[in-house]
Amino acid sequence: MDIVNTFATILARPDLWAGTLRFAAPLTLAALGGVISERSGVVNIAMEGMMLVGAFFAVLVGAATHDIVLATLASVLCGGLIATFHGVASIHLRANQIVSGMAINLFALGLTSFLMFRFYATSGTPSDIPALPDVNIPVINSIPFVGAVIGDLNSIVWVSILAVPVTWWFLFRTRIGLRIRAVGEHPRAADTLGVSVFRMRYLCVILSGLFSGLGGAYLALSVAHSFSDNMTSGAGFIALAAMIFGKWHPVGAFLACLLFGFGQSLGINLQGTGFPDQLVAATPYVLTVVALAGFVGRAVAPAADGVPYEVGE
Amino acid sequence: MTALVSPVVPETIPSATPYLQMRGITKAFGTLLANDHVDLTVRDREIHAVVGENGAGKTTLMNILYGLIHPDSGEIVIDGSPVRIRGPRDAIAVGIGMVHQHFQLVPVMTVAENVVLGQEPGGIVVDRRAAVRQVGELSERFGLVVDPTARVETLPVGVQQRVELLKILYRGSRLLVFDEPTAVLTPQETDELFEILRGLVAGGKTVILITHKLNEVMAISERVTVLRQGRNAGELETAKTSPAEIARAMVGREVLLRVERDEAHIGEERLRLDGLKANSDRQLPALDGIDLTIRSGEIVGIAGVSGNGQLELAEVIAGLRPVTDGHVFLGGEDVAHQTTAERRVHGLAYIPEDRQARGLVLPFDVKDNLILGSQSRPPFAQRGQRNSDAVDERAKELIQRYDIRPPDPEAPAQSLSGGNQQKVVVARELAENPKVLVAAEPARGLDVGATEFIHRQLIEQRDHGLAILLISSELDEIFSLSDSIAVIYRGHIVEVVPSAAADRERIGLLMAGGTIEGGTPSASQVAQAAAALANEPPGTPPVESAHQ
Ligand SMILES: Nc1ncnc2c1ncn2[C@@H]1O[C@H](COP(=O)(O)OP(=O)(O)OP(=O)(O)O)[C@@H](O)[C@H]1O
Ligand SMILES: [Mg+2]
Repeated sequence: MDIVNTFATILARPDLWAGTLRFAAPLTLAALGGVISERSGVVNIAMEGMMLVGAFFAVLVGAATHDIVLATLASVLCGGLIATFHGVASIHLRANQIVSGMAINLFALGLTSFLMFRFYATSGTPSDIPALPDVNIPVINSIPFVGAVIGDLNSIVWVSILAVPVTWWFLFRTRIGLRIRAVGEHPRAADTLGVSVFRMRYLCVILSGLFSGLGGAYLALSVAHSFSDNMTSGAGFIALAAMIFGKWHPVGAFLACLLFGFGQSLGINLQGTGFPDQLVAATPYVLTVVALAGFVGRAVAPAADGVPYEVGE
Repeated sequence: MTALVSPVVPETIPSATPYLQMRGITKAFGTLLANDHVDLTVRDREIHAVVGENGAGKTTLMNILYGLIHPDSGEIVIDGSPVRIRGPRDAIAVGIGMVHQHFQLVPVMTVAENVVLGQEPGGIVVDRRAAVRQVGELSERFGLVVDPTARVETLPVGVQQRVELLKILYRGSRLLVFDEPTAVLTPQETDELFEILRGLVAGGKTVILITHKLNEVMAISERVTVLRQGRNAGELETAKTSPAEIARAMVGREVLLRVERDEAHIGEERLRLDGLKANSDRQLPALDGIDLTIRSGEIVGIAGVSGNGQLELAEVIAGLRPVTDGHVFLGGEDVAHQTTAERRVHGLAYIPEDRQARGLVLPFDVKDNLILGSQSRPPFAQRGQRNSDAVDERAKELIQRYDIRPPDPEAPAQSLSGGNQQKVVVARELAENPKVLVAAEPARGLDVGATEFIHRQLIEQRDHGLAILLISSELDEIFSLSDSIAVIYRGHIVEVVPSAAADRERIGLLMAGGTIEGGTPSASQVAQAAAALANEPPGTPPVESAHQ
């Protein structure tokens, strides 16, 4: 009875649900980026590294300029830049995309640790970096439960939620989206119709970098308000899992991110209740494995995902 | 930039300048000269056939025309003015459209999406309703029946080809290139396609057609360009030539257009199917109690209008499709629930219908493809290790024996021409001295010389005691190779007749579902079967019902 009661109180806490959205936001951004990249046929496991680089440069530029716009822009662009490396390796040089992605993750970890040491070795990152603003919604704010959940979320949380329908629309309604999906499924067919496979793939890989970079900015400039070594601690890989769990679909990926966010939030809310909160926090991942093992049906990746394209010659 | 075709064409025909000239086209792949100063001249509004042995360079030449491959030298002239084609985009812009040897369709997308891809109606957002409407109008105007909203992967090959054709027509191409379009079509579908091609030429289009079937060349083309080993080997007026002459130009020697066959020496039972049942991909019954026996030294041909269970039959015997009921006896043992590997040990060999999807591992080199399936048995594996010498030796032997070109054991299978890929599959399947061979479309995509060769191989193996189940959509192939013919209709074997006693009319009637006991098939079924049967080249109306 006790257990049930504890859970009931926790589920009734607005904190649990607001936390779910907060934890889900960076995952959603990275996972959407992954969806875009893989829909074009480039496997992307480098979200982790791209987020980490984004997070660091958000702090670096934020500390230097005290300008939130510049700081955010810097992290987004750095994410895009790192992604371009992945693009060159996997599109032009036809490298193994897993290896290239892993290399970028390791490189990002090393680079940020090095720069961290170089700039902030003694004191840690400065505390006067700008913060991403929260969005205070007047009327909703005063509705009892709802207000406490969504009345005062960070702007990036809203951006991540809005990014879901926008990404869907982009991939499934626009011309470019149609071409992207064609390139990811059957690049040769697209090529024979004059659609540039390389151009589409670069576009998508870079977009995934921009998304992940923004996720990194959110981690550094809102959640942690600082940078520390390996601060993403696997968020990029969780996003990767969400993308697969969501069957390479923006909405599916978002729902998976919400599930993971819920798990994390629940874990935090269970702290101090005497519950093995780590165990609870692990449940979403266990669920994922179970789900992938056959309960949600086969997850079908785009047919040409991970296959470098060779021009006729 | 939505380009739509106008069926109205300028009335003036610039008869002096040919519509298309390719001059001195040269392309080398490494040391191999795929095209060696090739010339091709195509007149306005003609159907121009391009023929040549497997690997002669036909696809390469067409890919150069379409901008998919860049030539080392040579020029392309359209309507008298030289053009530079750097990619498919340029080719489309100058009015060239191509139906590729292996279809270029996105399986998970709809017909309309596949057609408009790259030139979608609408602004930033694709106007999907307009796409469906335009594709619908187009298919109506040209008599290409297809549902624009259907997903391509659900469509049979014949319909997929219509989608390919719609793609070209949508772009308003004037020059239509078809690379072996009939290889995957049934005789009826071929007839339909040729009817459509004639209509398009009457409407002002120009057609280049690649095919290995000389009767098709005779039936539909006006002129023929022959390639041999990357070079021009003649340009012929169809009306003034004969299949034998074309074949001679292609191969450089006299070709027997039919195989010699001795009396069969029939031995013991090798394969027996007993009440065999299986489902189609859509989980509908495809085989409905097949009983059939094949003995050592005989070839049993399966005749049927395609889609009556022949492919499922081949797959069930090979072990690729589950048996829902009944037995498959291989050398007396029931293998119905054994794995493919176990069946191979029992001496089963299988030439699949689709060489790219099932016959080959495309990125692997030729020598590995030649031992696939035997890789873990001696002599290719010894004490768990690969014996490279044995692999090399086998590859050398088979490449020579089957004249696989280029004769390079290290070439990846995907770099081979379609016909040479087929030779790799056939060579491998016959190499291990099998006891039973299931051959589905064994000569698909092969040139006349190679077809003759493969047919002779099959006969020779039969004379050595091999039991062969032959599945082919070409009745000529069935009649010329089989010792007995089994007619399949809706998953039943309706009759087995010795081929010497087989009568084409009667087989055709049975294929269409007519029974001797009096069930009369519908008129359309008879027409279908008659078309399949037509001994004449496709395109010449076989029966009065085919036309008004
Ligand atoms: N990308 C490539 N790399 C290396 N060699 C190639 C490549 N493409 C074609 N070839 C070689 O060029 C030659 C001509 O090939 P092509 O595909 O043009 O023949 P084809 O006349 O179309 O034959 P088929 O009738 O069998 O389709 C072949 O020997 C083939 O192996
Ligand atoms: Mg070819």
